Amino acid sequence: MKRRDFIQLSGMGLGAMMGSSIPVLGNMVPVEHLLEPGADIATKKRLADIALNATKSRGATYTDVRIGRYLQQFLFTRETKVQNITNAESYGVGIRVIANGTWGFAATSDVTPDGIAKCAETAVAIAKANSKIQKEPVILAPQKGVGEVTWKTPIKKNAFEVPVQEKIDLLMKVNSEAMKNGAGFVTSNLFFVNEQKYFASSDGSYIDQDVHRIWPTFTVTAVDKAAGKFKTRDAISSPMGMGYEYLDGLASEKISAPNGLIGYRNSYDMVEDAIMASKQAQQKLTAKSVPAGKYDLVLDPNHLGLTIHESVGHPLELDRVLGYEANYAGTSFATLDKWKTKAFNYGSKQVNIVADKTQPYTLGTVGYDDEGVPCKEWDLIKDGVLVNYQAIRDQVNILGENASHGCCYADNWNSVQFQRMPNVSLRPGKEKLSVFDMIKGVEKGIYIIGRGSYSIDQQRYNFQFGGQLFYEIKNGELVGMLDDVAYQSNTQEFWNSCVQICDKDDYRTFGSFFDGKGQPSQVSAVSHGSATTRFNGVNVINTGRKI
Amino acid sequence: MNKILSKEEAKKIIDKVLAFSKADEMSVSLSGGRTGNIRYARNSVSTSGESYDQSLAVTAVFGKRSGTATINEFDDASLEKTVRRAEEIARLAPENSEYMPMLGPQTYLESPTFAESTANIDPDYRAKAAFDSIDPCSKKGLTAAGYLEDSTGYSAIGNSKGLFGYNKATSVDFSITVRTADGLGSGYAIRDFNDVSKLSTKQATEIAMQKALASSNAKALEPGKYTVILEPAASIDLLQNMMRSMDARNADEGRSFLSKKGGGTRLGEKLFDERVNIYSDPTNIEIPSSGFGGGGGGGRFGGGGSDGRPQEKISWIENGVVKNVYYSRFWADKKGVKAIAPPAGFIMAGGNESLADLIKGTEKGILVTRFWYIRAVDPQTLLYTGLTRDGTFYIEKGQIKYPIKNFRFNESPIIMLNNLEAMGKPTRVGGCLVPPLKIRDFTFSSLSDAV
Repeated sequence: MKRRDFIQLSGMGLGAMMGSSIPVLGNMVPVEHLLEPGADIATKKRLADIALNATKSRGATYTDVRIGRYLQQFLFTRETKVQNITNAESYGVGIRVIANGTWGFAATSDVTPDGIAKCAETAVAIAKANSKIQKEPVILAPQKGVGEVTWKTPIKKNAFEVPVQEKIDLLMKVNSEAMKNGAGFVTSNLFFVNEQKYFASSDGSYIDQDVHRIWPTFTVTAVDKAAGKFKTRDAISSPMGMGYEYLDGLASEKISAPNGLIGYRNSYDMVEDAIMASKQAQQKLTAKSVPAGKYDLVLDPNHLGLTIHESVGHPLELDRVLGYEANYAGTSFATLDKWKTKAFNYGSKQVNIVADKTQPYTLGTVGYDDEGVPCKEWDLIKDGVLVNYQAIRDQVNILGENASHGCCYADNWNSVQFQRMPNVSLRPGKEKLSVFDMIKGVEKGIYIIGRGSYSIDQQRYNFQFGGQLFYEIKNGELVGMLDDVAYQSNTQEFWNSCVQICDKDDYRTFGSFFDGKGQPSQVSAVSHGSATTRFNGVNVINTGRKI
Repeated sequence: MNKILSKEEAKKIIDKVLAFSKADEMSVSLSGGRTGNIRYARNSVSTSGESYDQSLAVTAVFGKRSGTATINEFDDASLEKTVRRAEEIARLAPENSEYMPMLGPQTYLESPTFAESTANIDPDYRAKAAFDSIDPCSKKGLTAAGYLEDSTGYSAIGNSKGLFGYNKATSVDFSITVRTADGLGSGYAIRDFNDVSKLSTKQATEIAMQKALASSNAKALEPGKYTVILEPAASIDLLQNMMRSMDARNADEGRSFLSKKGGGTRLGEKLFDERVNIYSDPTNIEIPSSGFGGGGGGGRFGGGGSDGRPQEKISWIENGVVKNVYYSRFWADKKGVKAIAPPAGFIMAGGNESLADLIKGTEKGILVTRFWYIRAVDPQTLLYTGLTRDGTFYIEKGQIKYPIKNFRFNESPIIMLNNLEAMGKPTRVGGCLVPPLKIRDFTFSSLSDAV
């Protein structure tokens, strides 16, 4: 559908972490340009009305128009050098219609009355052409127009207003502290995204939203040349739906964990984490190789978030369950017949998993989704039982519901919106429990922190996860660092082995900034909250090899 | 708008941009083209589209400071504005101590990357291609989900030191997953070409249909070490990941599978079975790719760079020995060696046997159609994990006996290419040429219920 530039992460020192490329949308512009205001609301409404009228007169029964200005600033450094700074802007309009009961979509960067009218015409023509091979007409869940409304991520400091030099100074400090503390190499990066989205629909909604996201991250590498070994430790930050204030490193947002480890809630101290990372990467060089076997796992929120993402978030996407992603990401084990029994034990009774696009500071949170539906919170798994999926306006009828869940998203004005994962989070335990107390109760276990290697099958049964840091637990105490750890399990078995969840004071979010889905692929950003959680008797393998 | 610029037209625009330059050095990259796609699932088209786009990127350099600006309008005023923007960004940019002066004129190999047949694709062609794939499936009560994407474009580069390159290229990628109605069988096929006349979505779909039907009611085998026959669609990702890890700087810095105990690299060492030969060649007729990095064509492997270095015929692994690694221009300069660019695509030499021949010659083994969700576990040993998917079969006495449940593997391509038993005739996949590989002692570590 479109041409995109991709920054190959491997060249930026993020390869092992992401395994993919970072999409850069639009045109490279001077940094000041990112602060210029886009079109005003009155202009956008006038332009949107041109589209709504043009499609209606050509027979469309439904239309939505998204006028979007998407801004990105990415900074990449290594050791003492700035490798790259990209400032990008993408501006255009996407028009989606239903005509003859069929979807049609067209987009243009020509945001003028003429450009929009032509684009609207094309969208209707595509819908009509596709309707000839359409088997079932679209059933769109009703959505009452919300009128003229606005929503803005409640940021304190707009990251785009912070001078580039200040950001470089921070990254240089991160790098120099890491090197000073013994790292052989370090790469550090800052990602900032601002989506200025105007949505209008034939339902009578005119929604203006200003969405901000931030992701600070790094990778520290320790090398033992004599032994021919190297180990890395990635940042344990989380991407957030926040402004630059996330980097304030407030003491009140730190959560202390065993062995002097620190967890970060809604404020991150990047320099402190880099110093810890440098020391820990060196410790990893001599850590004991794990004996394979069954262990009780104590999983930190900065690790568990990805396990939730892969083993609960993706399998409960209704479009996947129905087969729309069969040729790419796959389908799902969590089929409708299992859900219909109202007794499918996805997990143990402790497991309550909620979907939302409303939780403060998270990546998924907006006022309205990309088809004009007000965002909300709903249960996916209640007391261990599968109770719902993630569905949008044209699929929610399959669940017998008549209102969308509000989780439709497009990554740009020229991408067609489709179902994307909302925040999917594990509710904290109700009883007071700290991670210290949890570990005290474990006889033979492993405490795992951070996002590592991850892989799961196309129906989301069998998975294998690594991490950043592994500590052996013996008789209620951490006895040392482990290496070569990965755990393998089956989704249902794993969530049924969940026995204990720390309370709300330990709750934090983890996030995925560039989650991919669809063909052609689109990215989205999503958070996953949890408190430290214990899973009993999980199979751990040793990943050490000699080549 | 809907136009592929000719070499002359592209040069004219680039020269115009360079004439506006007030910078010490300036480079321009200009590209444009059309991409189209059609996606279907549940035997019905879900989305389709076509778009034309063009982009011009200007990089201005003052000393060791550089800045890039891009634009998609090519009138004089827009071009000049973009040059000024790039210069403005460059002046404010931090110094890059690793900046290398731009290259002068280069000679690029010519390669047939453009096919008129692909350039002629229209929405009707795509609809027909989808129909040819959906129709046989629905007639047999099977469910098709597939995706076809085609592109036709040009790419030109130039700089203030007289370098100029132009290439036009086409490509088509097709993948199809066929599932049985009861969800117990699934099959897959994937194709990519420069020339769409080589593509039959019907034939590829027939293979996926056979696999779907044959993979129903799979039996569970114990995880462990097995002899496997990896179809090219299975081995390609592991091989690509290995080839992406052959960067000289990482090896020199001690953070690569090519780093040596005690310092230094394993360049020149025999790391693989002596029958392993991997090279790149932009003029290869099966995977033609541009003579310069980023110029399009067969190589969508992601390498190639974009600094104007020529793509050459390079041997990476010869008779099991690591023959070459690739360099950034900065690192090559520092080390005083030739700055070999990463390849746009690669070719692994094989034998003459067909996949069927390899199966026939196997006493006991497992045939793997493809792997899925491959992720690095340990960058030190290039250990990867992932799963088999869409057609995994048990072979006994030279015949496919029955379908088996999918496995998770934990394996390194380095170990895999030491345990080589036999190789078949290479075929194109993912812009590379890869033979089916018969490997002993491939490590499957657990079972998956996924179909």
